[in-house]
Amino acid sequence: MEIKKGLYYTEENEWVRVEGNKAYIGITDYAQDALGDIVYIELPDVGDTLKAGDAFSVVESVKAASDVFLPVSGTVIEINEELEDSPELINEDPYGSWIIAVDLLDVTELDELMDAEAYEEFSSQEN
Amino acid sequence: MSDIAGLKRTPLFDAHMQLGARMVDFAGWEMPIQYEGISAEHEAVRTSAGVFDVSHMGEVEFTGPGTLDYLQNLITNDVSSINDNQMLYTFMCYPDGGVVDDIIVYRRKDDSYMAIINASNIDKDIAWMREQAGPYDVDIKDRSDDLSLIALQGPNAHEILGELVDVDLNSISFFNFSEDVKCSGRPCMVSRSGYTGEDGFEICLSNDDAPFVWSKLIDAGADKGLKPCGLGARDTLRFEANLPLYGNELSASITPLEAGFGMFVKLDKGDFIGRDALVKQKEEGLTRKIVGFEMIENGIPRHGYDILSDGKVIGFVTTGYNSPTLKKNIGLAMVDVEHSALGSEIDVQIRRKILQAKVIKRRFYTKSYKK
Repeated sequence: MEIKKGLYYTEENEWVRVEGNKAYIGITDYAQDALGDIVYIELPDVGDTLKAGDAFSVVESVKAASDVFLPVSGTVIEINEELEDSPELINEDPYGSWIIAVDLLDVTELDELMDAEAYEEFSSQEN
Repeated sequence: MSDIAGLKRTPLFDAHMQLGARMVDFAGWEMPIQYEGISAEHEAVRTSAGVFDVSHMGEVEFTGPGTLDYLQNLITNDVSSINDNQMLYTFMCYPDGGVVDDIIVYRRKDDSYMAIINASNIDKDIAWMREQAGPYDVDIKDRSDDLSLIALQGPNAHEILGELVDVDLNSISFFNFSEDVKCSGRPCMVSRSGYTGEDGFEICLSNDDAPFVWSKLIDAGADKGLKPCGLGARDTLRFEANLPLYGNELSASITPLEAGFGMFVKLDKGDFIGRDALVKQKEEGLTRKIVGFEMIENGIPRHGYDILSDGKVIGFVTTGYNSPTLKKNIGLAMVDVEHSALGSEIDVQIRRKILQAKVIKRRFYTKSYKK
């Protein structure tokens, strides 16, 4: 299972890539593998302001629908519309297939997240 | 994931582990939900072949001179319509017409019969069957713990199984079976049947022989596109073929008539449990029924979601998927009868959104049985 350096991670298997005050968010390799073939994604609207812990997206495999939770509070500034037509890109390239980008409301929330090493250890125990 | 406490395992558990299966709790059994992936396994069954471990299902034997009369009272279909080595799909109903289970009855030699029943209903079914035995001279034996069941399904199933058995499979036609088959030298009961809408076979055999025969099937299918398939693909396949699942399209609170399977209810065969209620329901007309539907707006309908019309709940989704074969978001739903006509516009509540759908024919996928 690939875990990419330089990203932040959550216990719900989301990743965060920070560029300045902008944070791109997706799901990890473990998450896409556990879900199986992804056939649908529901995205939020640009402009939505959401709190850390809010369910901001739903990814659906053949079998089931799963919420994706926002790791950090922010206002949605971009959504990856390509995923609406090709949700399978998340299976093919989970770290390249960001779901949304948010404008961070509180950068100190990043301190609550795991780095790659910590997520690797978490994964080996929990996942 | 390989150690789920307190769950039963089939004799093929080790084989599933070796094949890299993802295991889940299904009705108290630790069963493979998928190996490679639901979509790939689904496609293998539609285009070549798939093999499923369905050993969790229950087997019951009925013997004794009163068996035929007993079964005629117990089930909705007409047992007298089948001959030796033939099978019958039927319901077992409660007096109010709700379904105890949907089962397949096998007519063996000399007035003895067998039934295959749903894993989730084994204890309930056996208790119900024994309760109904009262006046009849019938002996009921639960064989569920002794027997395994392997389903081989798909257009290449015949060719794959043909390499291993000592009979000409052309002699076993749809919904017929033979108990005198050796598969790789092991005694098996082989039926031409399944739960996918494709041609195929179900192989009933002893727990001891199951791992050997399973491995022979995997080997024989290696160059014919055979994949091991889990319960995930089993459900998408049966759904596309409009085959009901107990707990979804059938339940204690849904009658076979409401589910749209009246052809397996023979109201004129004589009395049986549930007949009065079903006759009354037929005479008075259905107030609700299961229909097929296709999403117009983009969203995947799932089991249990509400169906609405003008903001009012008029039913519920029994099963829904993004169909792997048709690549469409389709479902089956129980709806009030005034919304059941083909073309009716209905809405599906998918999380916070209300999305448009329309009623379509339930035959999403045309079955390719070899009759």
